[in-house]
Amino acid sequence: MNETAPALPIRTRAAIFMRLFAVQGSWNYEMLLGNGIAFAVEPALRLLPGGRGGEAYRAAMKRQVGYFNAHPYFAGVAVGALAKAELSGETPERIERFRTACCGPLGSVGDRLVWAGWLPVCSLLALAAFGLGASPTAVVLLFLGFYNLGHVWLRAWGLRAGYRDGLRVAPALGTPLLRQGPAHVARSAALLAGIALPVAIRAIIGPERGSLAAVILAATTGAVALARLHGRVEGWRVAGYGLAAFILFSVVR
Amino acid sequence: MMFVLHLIPLTLLGALLGLDAVSFPQAMISRPIVAATLGGALVGEVGKGLLVGVILELFALETLPFGASRYPEWGSASVVGGALFGMQPDVSPGAIAVSTFAALFTAFIGGWSMVQHRKLIAHWAGNLREQIAAGSTDAIISLQLRGLTSDIVRGALMTFVALLVFVPLTKIVLVTGTFDTVSARNLVVAAAGAVGAGAIWKVVHTTKGAPWYFLGGLVAGGTLLFVT
Repeated sequence: MNETAPALPIRTRAAIFMRLFAVQGSWNYEMLLGNGIAFAVEPALRLLPGGRGGEAYRAAMKRQVGYFNAHPYFAGVAVGALAKAELSGETPERIERFRTACCGPLGSVGDRLVWAGWLPVCSLLALAAFGLGASPTAVVLLFLGFYNLGHVWLRAWGLRAGYRDGLRVAPALGTPLLRQGPAHVARSAALLAGIALPVAIRAIIGPERGSLAAVILAATTGAVALARLHGRVEGWRVAGYGLAAFILFSVVR
Repeated sequence: MMFVLHLIPLTLLGALLGLDAVSFPQAMISRPIVAATLGGALVGEVGKGLLVGVILELFALETLPFGASRYPEWGSASVVGGALFGMQPDVSPGAIAVSTFAALFTAFIGGWSMVQHRKLIAHWAGNLREQIAAGSTDAIISLQLRGLTSDIVRGALMTFVALLVFVPLTKIVLVTGTFDTVSARNLVVAAAGAVGAGAIWKVVHTTKGAPWYFLGGLVAGGTLLFVT
């Protein structure tokens, strides 16, 4: 292996980073993220001998466009690592092995940390702010500000870690933040949920609070029922049917 | 004709937020708490938009966008919900229930439209298979741009058609129906609260200590109900 991958010029790095935001632009059931990965890594491949359209460039593009899956925010880890691998002349076999091996971890770490952790935490923070009387602008900015702090940082960290470590990037996914982070984030979500749900419910109900206790009791009963059914029914669909029945009853009675 | 023209700003907003859900940039401006507030703001009722946004956000906590799973598309749907509720007079009983239902239904159809969109991209990828397999940059970029553009169109169509159907339908339902304001509001809030709490519990209950944090939070939340 040749360890002399060039430092990426700022323009190339910026182009890859911007393309990462559209990495799911052509997500489909055949290749999943495959096309998006090739799209994102392409600016780096222009640095290969022969430049854009050269033999090395075309061979690398061909390798990068195959099936690939990852959490979109963690795709930068793979894109950075693959860019370094191509620019440092790794063998096609090693690159292919890496692509196959990193799909699972990049998906599961992202799902636990972002979809099941950071997103609910930011949502609940915004719901709590609403419940405590924050203005619409403050609620929206609080949600978007906090969420995207984590979102953009993760994308930038992933690209940097991937290009720094190349095909040896796996240990970066085992850092304490990524290993223990999901558990801490889940506890924060639990704490915030306890605070946010009652105050948000009260704020929706408004000044007439006669029925607050009954609504909270009904919501708690429904939540326990849904938790016990454990994914066998989707609550939002059940709620949709219930609302449809209520509307129909109110029209025909 | 004037009615259709009024829908254009909302349609454009729905298109952008539909795009954010998956394709670009996934900054979560498509989350209900943002999207419905923006929808309400476009019809001059930002507060009412936020109210529907909070209700839909509680529902959306249950449908986090894991991998290739099918989930509702909340971006366009929340614009529809926020705008519909914003369009109703303040005293309209039942408006919250009808607007929430319209948003849930649009989210369901939006989820279906995302699956069709992904199949369409796979079809285009199939047509470009040889060029893509050969590593053609033009084919790769073309597929990417087609995916992004068609997702904008999908979001716009979802929003436009949903508003075209639900704006007049909501008026008819609210005029003909005999709604009780308190019952309608309480039903919606109880359902949203149940779904949101159940969803959070599902996500966190396996984490060591999380149930205690939840109980601690409930004590804090309950105290806040009394002191604020």
